[in-house]
Amino acid sequence: MTGPAPTGTPFLQVRDLTVSFRTDDGVVHAVDKLSFSVERGRTLGIVGESGSGKSVTSLAIMGLHRRGRRVGIDGEIRLDGEDLVTAAAERVRGLRGRRMAMIFQDPLSSMHPQFTVGEQIVEAYRVHNRVSRATARRRATELLELVGIPEPARRLDDYPHQFSGGMRQRAMIAMAVSCNPELLIADEPTTALDVTVQAQILDLMRELQKEFNSAIIIITHDLGVVAEISDDILVMYAGQAMEHGPVEEVFAHAEHPYTWGLLQSITRLDRQLETTLRTIPGSPPSLINVPPGCPFHPRCTYRELAGPAASTVRPPLTETSPGHRVACHLPVEQRRRLLREEVTPTL
Amino acid sequence: MTDNLTKDVPSPPAGEGAVPAQATDAPATDAPATGAVPAATGAVPAATAEAGGATRGRPAGGGDELVRVTDLTKLFPVRRGTLVRRGAGAVRAVDGVGFAIDRGTTLGLVGESGSGKSTTGRLISRLLEPTSGSVVFDGRDISHLSTRELRPLRRDIQMIFQDPYSSLNPRHTIGAIVAAPLRIQKQVPRGGVRNRVRELLELVGLNPEHYNRYPNEFSGGQRQRIGIARALATRPKLIIADEPVSALDVSIRAQIINLLDGLRTDFGLTYLFIAHDLSMVRHLSDRVAVMYLGQIIELADRTDLFEGALHPYTHALLSAVPIPDPTSHRRRERIRLRDEVPSPLDPPPACRFHPRCWKAQELCRTEAPPLLERTPGHQVACHFPEKRDVV
Ligand SMILES: Nc1ncnc2c1ncn2[C@@H]1O[C@H](COP(=O)(O)OP(=O)(O)OP(=O)(O)O)[C@@H](O)[C@H]1O
Ligand SMILES: Nc1ncnc2c1ncn2[C@@H]1O[C@H](COP(=O)(O)OP(=O)(O)O)[C@@H](O)[C@H]1O
Ligand code: SF4
Ligand code: SF4
Ligand SMILES: [Mg+2]
Ligand SMILES: [Mg+2]
Repeated sequence: MTGPAPTGTPFLQVRDLTVSFRTDDGVVHAVDKLSFSVERGRTLGIVGESGSGKSVTSLAIMGLHRRGRRVGIDGEIRLDGEDLVTAAAERVRGLRGRRMAMIFQDPLSSMHPQFTVGEQIVEAYRVHNRVSRATARRRATELLELVGIPEPARRLDDYPHQFSGGMRQRAMIAMAVSCNPELLIADEPTTALDVTVQAQILDLMRELQKEFNSAIIIITHDLGVVAEISDDILVMYAGQAMEHGPVEEVFAHAEHPYTWGLLQSITRLDRQLETTLRTIPGSPPSLINVPPGCPFHPRCTYRELAGPAASTVRPPLTETSPGHRVACHLPVEQRRRLLREEVTPTL
Repeated sequence: MTDNLTKDVPSPPAGEGAVPAQATDAPATDAPATGAVPAATGAVPAATAEAGGATRGRPAGGGDELVRVTDLTKLFPVRRGTLVRRGAGAVRAVDGVGFAIDRGTTLGLVGESGSGKSTTGRLISRLLEPTSGSVVFDGRDISHLSTRELRPLRRDIQMIFQDPYSSLNPRHTIGAIVAAPLRIQKQVPRGGVRNRVRELLELVGLNPEHYNRYPNEFSGGQRQRIGIARALATRPKLIIADEPVSALDVSIRAQIINLLDGLRTDFGLTYLFIAHDLSMVRHLSDRVAVMYLGQIIELADRTDLFEGALHPYTHALLSAVPIPDPTSHRRRERIRLRDEVPSPLDPPPACRFHPRCWKAQELCRTEAPPLLERTPGHQVACHFPEKRDVV
């Protein structure tokens, strides 16, 4: 999707976001100094393996973490200039559902099983709109129609379990867009769906964005989905940003060894068959014991090249070309040479 | 001790008594006689259709077959439900499926959720008994063997499941889990069970010293390795892997795929690989079968399927796979299916795909297209098959 070019203050700006949880096993550093922004009409894709802090990030933006002694949130989350981290819970609740909304991976668990789909959409709509039930119901029918559910007026009276996975996801989207939110966060919205239905849902999100000019964050572990729908990509690892930039730039000129590893280890239909897949050795770390220095260093093929700093100093996210930022100690020239000589030939 | 191990070893079919067992000679399918089949269109020569002569559920074979299924059908009677539906009161989960797997090769099975992939796998491993049709394994008809007769067979056919969390008993040590199939089979390998288990752990890339640890101490990828070690314990001939990497992280998937690939070469294993990730299936399979609503609609060698698919549904599947190249969607042709898979309780008549097919004609609504061999080894069930560039 191509939206307007970024101008002035970004619509959503996240700066140095840090979220940690105190647990019996120790402190979980779920998100650590994360920064990014999203403009109206544009889509940011966040990729990362499970446990890399993607959902914690989106819940923080939506103000859905239970504040208290066990949860620590620092940094700034500005929606149209207003900081949500310091705002009163009441205020954030008012924005949620009206200016920002979220779609979850598993709509069944986030919809109430004992109410019909229609009742739930009507309720969601009436929270922010002083209208009669009849009006809200008419709106709900329109919304189901908008998200492509056949016979919407009749399906309104179905319970969530009577919907297929794809239809539940559509209903969830209908609920989320009922108030034309300016920011929509979709956390793995298609992970549980078949590719055919996934394609329909991605099309739908694209159309809705065109219609409402919303800023969208889509969270996924599928690089194909990101490539298909996003303007920008943020690669997360162990709660931190590894690489961030415009999708076309990052897919064509990735500069972080973790991004390389991800690109190398996937199988893809648009490439010649390979005999053996390249892999990233080991597995992602526990966020209670995040490796010091560069969090990826225990699994990085190039850590020796970066010297002892790899395991002692955290590499800052540094801009290497307009809008393209990378957190790696290797000198830019060396990364580009490695990409050209060692990585690209294997993609 | 066996009853404690239910989670460690796929159990024999439960409640199979309820399933109407039928004679091995399957009832005739509703496939029309060859004469009724219209000539193929366009790119596909019609002549081979007759030369192949394969009808639905009866694949042409060659090579050294380890598995052959013919007209395989599994109906699940619908017990509850007050709605009176048209047609039979049963889910036609697998409906007249036929294919063969040659020794040492991998057959990939793809299709949307609910198309009958897992049920097919469970029928071949005889965790389920077919309603009709047959499964021949290593030259022997195993379709209706009793639980007792099946026991030695479990040595030869093993399964790997999607969810490495729920398929391992959390209260058993890794050693006990991997050794379970040996115990059940009363197999004592040379050098003893313990040594064999250590070997297996090493083989799948785990530390043999972890013998006494419990599943919760391992990551998802490691648990999947444990599941693989367990499946290999009895030195099986056939492994049925049902979505073995779907629950794993991207960086771990490739490790497991390489492991499965290496084991196949090292031990001459034969795989039935069930997955919905088409690029993964392409990587691992020699032949690929595409299922839709309980039936195989296309079956071909890997290259023929991924580069020369003939069935509109296969085109739609391939076209929907997102490509990790942001510039690709501008040049790629997009095929979007309408709606979703209809209910297998009451599948559409004639070509089951016709309500969603953009090419559907009158013929498609009145006559079921038989699975016919259009070019050597390439079977398709469509009245109007043709090639189309979708990737
Ligand atoms: N024990 C059962 N009783 C009733 N219906 C069943 C049973 N097992 C499977 N089915 C039905 O049979 C059909 C095929 O199911 P199956 O599990 O084989 O699909 P699948 O292709 O493996 O799907 P997925 O991709 O979701 O794993 C589905 O409609 C399913 O609901
Ligand atoms: N409420 C919580 N209490 C403690 N730890 C949590 C909580 N929520 C998430 N975490 C941990 O934070 C890390 C990041 O989680 P999450 O954002 O859900 O990852 P993902 O990238 O898969 O969405 C994980 O280690 C997870 O276990
Ligand atoms: S900083 Fe060092 S360890 Fe981290 S990604 Fe760069 S090269 Fe690898
Ligand atoms: S037989 Fe007709 S409806 Fe069925 S797939 Fe072929 S063209 Fe489509
Ligand atoms: Mg998550
Ligand atoms: Mg299945």
